[in-house]
Amino acid sequence: MEKLTTLTGVAVPLRRSNVDTDQIIPAVFLKRVKKTGFDDALFYAWRRDPEFVLNKPEYQHGKILVAGPDFGIGSSREHAVWALHDYGFRVVISSRFADIFYGNTAKNGVLAAIMPQESVELLWKLLDEEPGREMTVSLEDRTVTCGDVTLPFEVNDYTRWRLMNGYDDIDLTLQHEDDIIAYEKMRAEKFPFKPKTLPVKREPEQPIESAREGEYPDWQGPLADR
Amino acid sequence: MGTTLAEKVWADHLVRKGSDGAPDLLYIDLMLMHEVTSPQAFEGLRLAGRKPRHVDQLIATEDHNTPTVDIDRPNPDETSALQLSTLEKNCKDFGVRLCPLGDADQGVVHAFAPVLGLTQPGMTIVCGDSHTSTHGAFGAMAIGIGTSEVEHVMATQTLSLKPFKTMAVNIEGELPKGVTAKDIILAIIAKIGTGGGQGHVIEYRGEAIKKLSMDARMTICNMSIEAGARAGMIAPDEVTFEYLKGRPHAPEGEMWDKAVEYWKTLKTDDDAVFDKEVTINAADLEPYVTWGTNPGQGVKISGVVPDPASFNDETERSAAERAIAYMGLKPGMRIKDIAVDTVFIGSCTNGRLEDLRVAASIMKGHHKADNIHRVLVVPASSRVRLQAEKEGLDKIFKDFGAEWRNAGCSMCLGMNPDKMVARERSISTSNRNFEGRQGKGSRTHLASPAVAAATAIRGTICSPADL
Repeated sequence: MEKLTTLTGVAVPLRRSNVDTDQIIPAVFLKRVKKTGFDDALFYAWRRDPEFVLNKPEYQHGKILVAGPDFGIGSSREHAVWALHDYGFRVVISSRFADIFYGNTAKNGVLAAIMPQESVELLWKLLDEEPGREMTVSLEDRTVTCGDVTLPFEVNDYTRWRLMNGYDDIDLTLQHEDDIIAYEKMRAEKFPFKPKTLPVKREPEQPIESAREGEYPDWQGPLADR
Repeated sequence: MGTTLAEKVWADHLVRKGSDGAPDLLYIDLMLMHEVTSPQAFEGLRLAGRKPRHVDQLIATEDHNTPTVDIDRPNPDETSALQLSTLEKNCKDFGVRLCPLGDADQGVVHAFAPVLGLTQPGMTIVCGDSHTSTHGAFGAMAIGIGTSEVEHVMATQTLSLKPFKTMAVNIEGELPKGVTAKDIILAIIAKIGTGGGQGHVIEYRGEAIKKLSMDARMTICNMSIEAGARAGMIAPDEVTFEYLKGRPHAPEGEMWDKAVEYWKTLKTDDDAVFDKEVTINAADLEPYVTWGTNPGQGVKISGVVPDPASFNDETERSAAERAIAYMGLKPGMRIKDIAVDTVFIGSCTNGRLEDLRVAASIMKGHHKADNIHRVLVVPASSRVRLQAEKEGLDKIFKDFGAEWRNAGCSMCLGMNPDKMVARERSISTSNRNFEGRQGKGSRTHLASPAVAAATAIRGTICSPADL
């Protein structure tokens, strides 16, 4: 994983709260089987709107996203972080992140920086005054600098250490394999009744009849359009 | 001081306590997998030359983008077909048990495991899907995870996690007639908001919860994530044991007794303290329906679409304005005056047998209203479908003018062809009313199966009591 220590880049104000992962990347893109190439899918529906912030030329190379509260709510899809990363975002700033999304960021070298909403509002104001300006995020100092304003953000020590070193999760865990082996021994003695998926146990197989699609030749479209 | 149910389950799975801000390492008893969030995890494993640590603690099924019609014919959607064939290949290569489309055990990942008896009290269960919280209904710690974590669990059978905070949601007293599990959880989310449970495990407690069936408890725990919580739990009791007994993977004989003895210890001590506590009086509840574009934007069915000006918080006000515009509604409009196009009964929230029985009991002897375009009834799992057919529910649905589909996630998230068109409006028993969730530009009102069935009869949103 790439290391992240200090990043300077264009900051994009996203003045919306409750940005859910369906908006970050719609379900249709989840059908892909690879881990990269999701940049075109990011905010897919919103990007159809020419007025959407990422469609403005000054924000096209955004690296830092400054968003409203409760960013990343909803579905657990890690694709949301891959899409942000593939587009070029390495930092997302918000006053509050949904838990699963937050957990997914660090695993992919993306920093989710937590700041009070007042700081976010101040950054929005600064970005509005000079659209397309760059900000600097220092993981070392836990600060965001925009012009002569420097604001602190919150990130826990462990996440910061991982991001700065670019560590892979599995390597970190397997350093403690002895502990896993010891737990498994205890588990087999204390909880011998825990289920196993193999060998297969099941009710008898039964044929499933295939449903067919209904037909609605007379449907005149949504009530709202009539 | 005593400990909570969540803390007990956590302690029983602790492999290593984290220090200096590092998370705890927690042992994972079972991981459920599906075609959407697993391919990149298998790819990662393969690239690193790793193998699953315990294939007998993994199980996969196909649900998110499987068609609910023509399952006996080739899948016309190439990208879906690729994801499904990728899962089949991955399961074969790594030796993971798969319940594929067409198999009697296939179903929505959160429906098929309980039916097999794989979901048991006191377990840690994970899945690359946020609605994993469903399994907490058995007193398990069930957590939705991302794809990197799916890979991590396959490789190590553990997960690195910071301890969650605990939250009690007490539903005191007796539920009024006509109020169901779905109404309880929609009321909770409307009260505490989509971020209200953030960082917490919610334990649902109180008289009203104890009286619920397992199917109903699963509905409540399922939507814990919609309140922002990491997991939802309900302490196991006789209802839980009764549900499990005799299921294919439930313990048998002496092991059953040993298991029950342990399961009975899984409850919050009387002197335990929760980090947060919320109490709702069951008598105050009535059926709930959402009017907006997040699950917290819900009201009592007798209510009206709110005036955005009534929100004190600026963020909530603008969210309400945006939602009302998207939904094509007007402030002050009565919920019961909203006419819908489509009715969707299904999903991991409300696609279980009890849900189908309730819907059928209301639809029996009626026909869908003229303005209703279609009624989709999608069982959450193939075993549920088979049992419903045995009970003749399929015939009631078909006579009503509904479509009786094969099991899967279907219109809950519109990854398969079951989608709505722009401005089409649904009453849906699913879990999310986000913009475009059920198809680009689609408008979703979340409700219980009873409300969805009654709405299908009258054509406008209503409860069975209004018929």
